[in-house]
Amino acid sequence: MGLMSLFGRTFRHGIHPPQNKDATAGVPIRRLAFPPRLIVHLDQFIGRPAKPVVRKGQEVVRGQPIAEPNGFMSVPLFAPATGRVRDIRLMPSARGPRSMAIVIDVHEASSQRVRWARPPNDLEEMDRDALIRAIQNTGLTGLGGAAFPMHVKYASPPGDDTLPDTLVVNGAECEPWLTADHRVMLEQPEELLRGIRYALRASGAKRAIVGIEDNKRDAAEVLRGRLEPDDPIRVELVETKYPQGAEKMLIYALLGRRVPAGGLPRQVGVVVSNAGTLAQLGHLLPRGEGLIERVVTVAGPGVERPGNYRVPIGTPARFILEEAGLRTENAEIIFGGPMMGLDVPELDVPVTMGTSGVLVREDTGSERRIWPCIKCARCVDACPMFLNPSVLGQLALARRYEEMRERYNLLDCFECGCCTYVCPSNIPLVQHFRIAKAINRERAQAE
Amino acid sequence: MIPRKVHIALKPSPHIHSGQDVVVIMRNVVLALLPLNLWFVWQFGLSAIVHTLGVLLSCLLTERIWAWAAGKPNPLGDWSATITGLLLALTVPPSLPLWMGAVGGIVAIALGKAFFGGLGFNVFNPALVGRAFIQAAFPVAVNTWPPAWWEGRFAAFYPTTFTAPFMSPPDLGAWLASAVDAVSGATPLARMKFAHDQQSALDLWVFADASNVTGPPALLILLCGLYLAFRRMLDWRIPLSVMASAAVFSAIFWLLDPGRHPDPLFVLASGGLMLGAWFMATDMVGSPVTPAGAVLYGILIGVVTVVIRLFGGMAEGVMYAILLGNAATPLIERITQPRPFGSEGGRRS
Repeated sequence: MGLMSLFGRTFRHGIHPPQNKDATAGVPIRRLAFPPRLIVHLDQFIGRPAKPVVRKGQEVVRGQPIAEPNGFMSVPLFAPATGRVRDIRLMPSARGPRSMAIVIDVHEASSQRVRWARPPNDLEEMDRDALIRAIQNTGLTGLGGAAFPMHVKYASPPGDDTLPDTLVVNGAECEPWLTADHRVMLEQPEELLRGIRYALRASGAKRAIVGIEDNKRDAAEVLRGRLEPDDPIRVELVETKYPQGAEKMLIYALLGRRVPAGGLPRQVGVVVSNAGTLAQLGHLLPRGEGLIERVVTVAGPGVERPGNYRVPIGTPARFILEEAGLRTENAEIIFGGPMMGLDVPELDVPVTMGTSGVLVREDTGSERRIWPCIKCARCVDACPMFLNPSVLGQLALARRYEEMRERYNLLDCFECGCCTYVCPSNIPLVQHFRIAKAINRERAQAE
Repeated sequence: MIPRKVHIALKPSPHIHSGQDVVVIMRNVVLALLPLNLWFVWQFGLSAIVHTLGVLLSCLLTERIWAWAAGKPNPLGDWSATITGLLLALTVPPSLPLWMGAVGGIVAIALGKAFFGGLGFNVFNPALVGRAFIQAAFPVAVNTWPPAWWEGRFAAFYPTTFTAPFMSPPDLGAWLASAVDAVSGATPLARMKFAHDQQSALDLWVFADASNVTGPPALLILLCGLYLAFRRMLDWRIPLSVMASAAVFSAIFWLLDPGRHPDPLFVLASGGLMLGAWFMATDMVGSPVTPAGAVLYGILIGVVTVVIRLFGGMAEGVMYAILLGNAATPLIERITQPRPFGSEGGRRS
């Protein structure tokens, strides 16, 4: 890798936004009381929505399956708290359109104890297929934000029996404000390492490399201190730079391999899993439990008591902000990080598996003035995918969407937001690109 | 606790911004230019003051009036017309009649920028459009530089300064000879070209002893440019490749015939090369956005400058080299599009 190791492991381009992690990085993860009502969306992960296995009015206990996977590209869902199924109906979600959800009225006496579990007795003897099925039964999806079913990554695609050689564990957490994975790595290192060992077996990879941004050296040291001598696991620091945690960027930083444009990590012999997800795997798999809660960073200038909270899946933003304190009447509430997170349209939107943060900013109502593109090239120098956002932005204004896709590789954009962050003309480039992609998709469908 | 009524804002991601907008960048360029304009005034005295203000005012008024006539919001807040004015004032002699400077300013903003659609749409560097117009319209006035540092410079104006429009200015050379006992000058570049008389390059870099010069010393321009480069307000690839290519290309001829051709240090410090490389070629709008394109554009400008200086009919070539570079920018961008990450295929290590 030559020069790269001299300057620390990293990728090319990207940005250095202010971290803003201090308020939450040093505080242990806390639990909140159960909210009175939970909203568990059936389509909160990538893949086919789960199928409910409970009826309206049915009593459920914490940890009990309430929906089953609809095929391989799907996961089961579990009751995050003991209560009664109030309804199964359309509910608001962070992504915008309402979608089907199981609504549970939580019993006041519901305790933190998980009441339903099926501990496997042959975990250490399981072959790859059995382990992958066991992982599917935990209902785990990528907790970093994508919510891609975990077991699907580890399974060999049909007709392809090559195995990845490396499992990359994504502990970069490159989004500003977010510290959930940092806290999990500090507080649950044993579970994380156990999860990595399961993932190595399930994926067939021979070694694992944990990539952690160098603003979390303590987490790297804790993990290194817990490694067994025969663990094929390495912990590596990478530069603190956004978007270091993007799959392709992290693989390049750690291994110098370039995932082909439009391709998957598997094509360069890699599978990537998020550190927080693997810690959950290490926690759930031996107990035979399903995913019912996650750690969420609640932070931002609009929050009175910022911190990392372990909350049941389906907890409405309103409840979290009632507990953590909302400072403003004009709020912008972001699910996820400030670079790629989504603004939620209402307070009753629930936290899902993919919600890594609930950030609140005061909305001052002032809009940044937009100037024409001055061709300063900052976006070109920031784009980690080596696209030309300047030209793409001008083509979008001219509505030349096909040209954006055909000649300027629009589809390689993963909407990290670097171009928009640096644009001195305040052009909403990423939003232009989203619209262009959507219009191209619709045109393709119409044909 | 939660306020009873909460208004929820919805905005697309990313939700944060670097905070550096057009105004911040342009203000920094103005800041980097000010030492140069002040030096210019210190060098040339009273006439330089009214000259600089006159050119600046003409640029600002043109910009403001154009926007008003077009029904657009006041554009002066983006500082871009200020930059054009300050730059244009630096590229012409301080003895230039005020009205000629004003015409240059009007042409720079109107023809150089507003005609194309204003900020962000100009093809050529507006200041250079104005400079080219002055060069074509008033060739004598623009090529006669008064000596710097003459003692009475803060006590008297050059007689040419207040020439009425469309009148021929008085003979600056004769006045200089009688009034200040100095010679109006051919520029160092012209003397080099036409008399093979090379001024010490060191003089031009730091200004130890040069009276016969055309503006701030190269070193000062370099420092001001470096300030912008370190604040990331300009693309360092452009000035670096202009300077490197001009130095290397001229070195070839100098090594072949040192008596006839200037050495690279002289080439870099003379004429408008330093100002052009750091403050004009770097005009963001007219230069390529692609990294490889910026280098190619810089090399083109450096080489063309040297070609014009050595083989052309004129002593100075930076202006036309940059205008040519501006014109070539769309083509350069087309052939230097970045290759998307992963489009190479295969493994790197």
